[in-house]
Amino acid sequence: MNRYPMWKYAILIFALLVGTIYTLPNIFGEAPAVQVSSAKATLKVDPALQSRVAAALAEAKITPDFVQLEGNSIKARFADLDAQIHAKDAISKAINTDPADPSYIVALNLLSRSPHWLSSLHAFPMYLGLDLRGGVHFLMQVDMKSALTKKAESLTGDVRTMLRDKGIRHSGISRDGNNVVVSFRDAAVLKQAQDLLSAQLGDVLWTASTEGLDQRLTGSLKPASMVAVQDAALKQNISTLHNRVNELGVAEPTIQQQGRDRIVVQLPGVQDTAKAKDIIGRTATLELRMVDDSAEAQAALAGSGPVPFGTERFIDRGFGPIIVKKQVVLTGENLTDAQPGFDENHQASVDLTLDAKGARIMKDMSRENIGKRMAIILFEKGKGEVVTAPVIRSELSGGRVKISGAMSTQEASDTALLLRAGSLAAPMEIIEEKTVGPSLGKENIEKGILSVTWGFVAVAIFMSIYYRLFGVISSLALGFNLLLLVALLSMLQATLSLPGIAAIALVLGMAIDSNVLINERIREELRAGASPQGAITIGYERAFATILDSNVTTLIAGLSLLAFGSGPVKGFAIVHCLGILTSMFSSVVFSRALVNLWYGRQKKLKSLSIGQIWIPPTEVIAADQPVAKS
Amino acid sequence: MELFRIKRDLPLMKHALIFNVISFVTFAAAVFFLITRGLHFSIEFTGGTVIEAEYAQAANIEKTRQIVEKLGFGEVQVQNFGSTRDVMIRLPLRADIKQTEQVDLVFGELCKAEQGTISQRQSISDKGESISKQVCMTAAGAEPIKLSRSEVVGPAVGEELGHDAAKALLATVIGIMIYLAVRFEWKFAVAGIIANLHDVVIILGFFAFFQWEFSLSVLAAVLAVLGYSVNESVVIFDRVREAFRKYRKMSTHEVIDHAITSTMSRTIITHGSTQMMVLSMLIFGGPTLHYFAVALTIGILFGIYSSVFVAASIAMWLGVKREDLVSTPVNKGDPDDPNAGALV
Repeated sequence: MNRYPMWKYAILIFALLVGTIYTLPNIFGEAPAVQVSSAKATLKVDPALQSRVAAALAEAKITPDFVQLEGNSIKARFADLDAQIHAKDAISKAINTDPADPSYIVALNLLSRSPHWLSSLHAFPMYLGLDLRGGVHFLMQVDMKSALTKKAESLTGDVRTMLRDKGIRHSGISRDGNNVVVSFRDAAVLKQAQDLLSAQLGDVLWTASTEGLDQRLTGSLKPASMVAVQDAALKQNISTLHNRVNELGVAEPTIQQQGRDRIVVQLPGVQDTAKAKDIIGRTATLELRMVDDSAEAQAALAGSGPVPFGTERFIDRGFGPIIVKKQVVLTGENLTDAQPGFDENHQASVDLTLDAKGARIMKDMSRENIGKRMAIILFEKGKGEVVTAPVIRSELSGGRVKISGAMSTQEASDTALLLRAGSLAAPMEIIEEKTVGPSLGKENIEKGILSVTWGFVAVAIFMSIYYRLFGVISSLALGFNLLLLVALLSMLQATLSLPGIAAIALVLGMAIDSNVLINERIREELRAGASPQGAITIGYERAFATILDSNVTTLIAGLSLLAFGSGPVKGFAIVHCLGILTSMFSSVVFSRALVNLWYGRQKKLKSLSIGQIWIPPTEVIAADQPVAKS
Repeated sequence: MELFRIKRDLPLMKHALIFNVISFVTFAAAVFFLITRGLHFSIEFTGGTVIEAEYAQAANIEKTRQIVEKLGFGEVQVQNFGSTRDVMIRLPLRADIKQTEQVDLVFGELCKAEQGTISQRQSISDKGESISKQVCMTAAGAEPIKLSRSEVVGPAVGEELGHDAAKALLATVIGIMIYLAVRFEWKFAVAGIIANLHDVVIILGFFAFFQWEFSLSVLAAVLAVLGYSVNESVVIFDRVREAFRKYRKMSTHEVIDHAITSTMSRTIITHGSTQMMVLSMLIFGGPTLHYFAVALTIGILFGIYSSVFVAASIAMWLGVKREDLVSTPVNKGDPDDPNAGALV
């Protein structure tokens, strides 16, 4: 009656083994490291580079634990933080000959100290959060001049639209530095325009002047508006960074403003920080502009004439120089989604989805320019590059655009990520990079872990005293539960932080509850006169319904936090949900297996070691109590 | 041993009204303090000051932390920054002191701890400006600690966290109510959710009243209670349903009394065990886990209280009946029924 088939025991042993293996790396801890990977798709990381890195370290008299080639990056591990920071400088100096245009990304990292046989099984420690372990710190300088320039460019477009809507004729609109300059042939028309623009654009100061035959109206941002533009740029950059870091799958970074024009990004250690640095540092703004195919432009391309007014010269990737009009048709701000894909020639592409406004603009623009060429330009670090410049053959409706050109799959994937996360309002540069220690403090962390450990021990002792053998089994189930949970988190490479530890503590509480429910049920059945074997069976059955109901309701809370939470809340929710599942497994299956193992074979079992069974005196049984069946 | 030898059902529902009044007053007080005093947020929510300092020797992080914590600004983060000699200190802004004064105060204390004194050093920058800089010097002429940088930092968690938390809370309420309504009955669903929110609000009320620092770890504890509290209610509800089926002549409040009494043993042992864990954190966990453990303790205690005296009694007030839970018609011919033949 109370026996488990062998296959169930086999499953439990397997779970125990896997749990142990994947929990082990967490005990070994981590060490500071430097990671090197390629900054260009055309450059490969190979054994030759590994030798150069090792040589650079030897020259700087830094002794690494090891230098090894791993996938498409090189990792060097060191004994302490001082060695790590010096190593990074030495390596960077040796392999990045041009600091302005680095060939390789050299980034700080934390590597596990696990033995290789565990690593070969893909058993890695959990990422520890910034509060428990620290990580990598980037300080980024926001280019505020670019933000103001961008604002001026946007204003130029607004002015053009307003004047056209009102039918006010002008002889040219252009951006001059951070100002917008509008030319008129008539002073009366200028006055009319000035009144309109002053009323419509409250944050711009308009000044009239005369230049030769032209009447000029110059608009410049008021000081308060300049500050507002910079603040908005900073906030948008922070928001964009959040999106990008989330795309990387890095849990719980810290991203915050520092000073008036800088942003701090801290990432938990033991992950691909070189990749993160690459993604964080890129500007990746998208612009759609018309190609200028006029005779003047052709002459400029041939080098026999100047670049026409209102145009710019770019390099069309794979096709050489191209003249593009300065007027921006669409920007990345009109994107709702960007995904990597393939075009009809099986070349890597980025598939863009435009919002309603973008779709309408695209439709209007394409209808008016059939037969002409449109350039799709990607800007990075202020440099623009034309990805492709197709001829418009028909009206483009539906709001979907496919970009394909000389692009690798990885490049398409990265570009899609960057566009999806949103463009930066202003370019940023990483001006500082360091590892940081845990923000909670090492001693506090040790105290925290120790207190949870002692709590666990106290609970185990109490349960064993109170429930005797069943208490011991409950304690073992609790330990098994914790083992499974840590193993699962390690497999998922989740990030553990203080909220995560809180969730683990809660999980232990829930797991205790399940076992207490079971034990109390068995006691009740014994008190009611059931046989020991029967009490076990009925006890687990009755308790299971309660355990299921209570755990499902708690799981609903966890899933809600998982769906809507972000950062630390999400981290908490992951541990919480996994913990409930492992808790049910360990309390219902594992503890039952142990009970069956111990008692299941005894056919003439006469008593259970579950503590004293107190039976109330017979005379006080109420009249409406059911008569005990035996 | 068996600790709980209860001979008869505890008549708790007789006093339900008193307990409900206590609950309502406590809840109202919590809301009042939340509105009038507000929560005392930590640096993660408000932002603060970041100070970077460089020691001549490897920095003792724990010593630095203790020195800064004594100044009473609240939760302080101290971490290594790049090398073993460099330290980053983050502390929250306070309304009563300027950021520059705060930095001077902190640097002064750190300098004093290294047996140094603060003096002003004048120098001319590249742009020809006159710069006055604080320098820490010992009697031997050494400079044990330098102030590398100090700046204001924004909050680490944005406003979106508040919005997300609100949405998550709403989803939790809806999800649990739907599940409980399906598994038990809508009256139990309402009762369970009211008890749950009652616990969460009261924890926040305690933090507002005592102006304890509300940090991310406290937020985690509140989230933990969100899941933990409803668990207790469900166990009692489950027993109520079972008792309705088993004891056909009991009145509703007698059934509820019985359900609470029969699960009392489990209630106390489970929460006692969990509280043992939390108490361990409270006593040995250090300052970082202190408020986390306090929040959990309040949550556990009020979790028990609310499940027994709020959820169960609200279910009773809402008029839970046997017919709501037991849909199977009575088999009048059941020979095992001890009441067979009895006429109602």
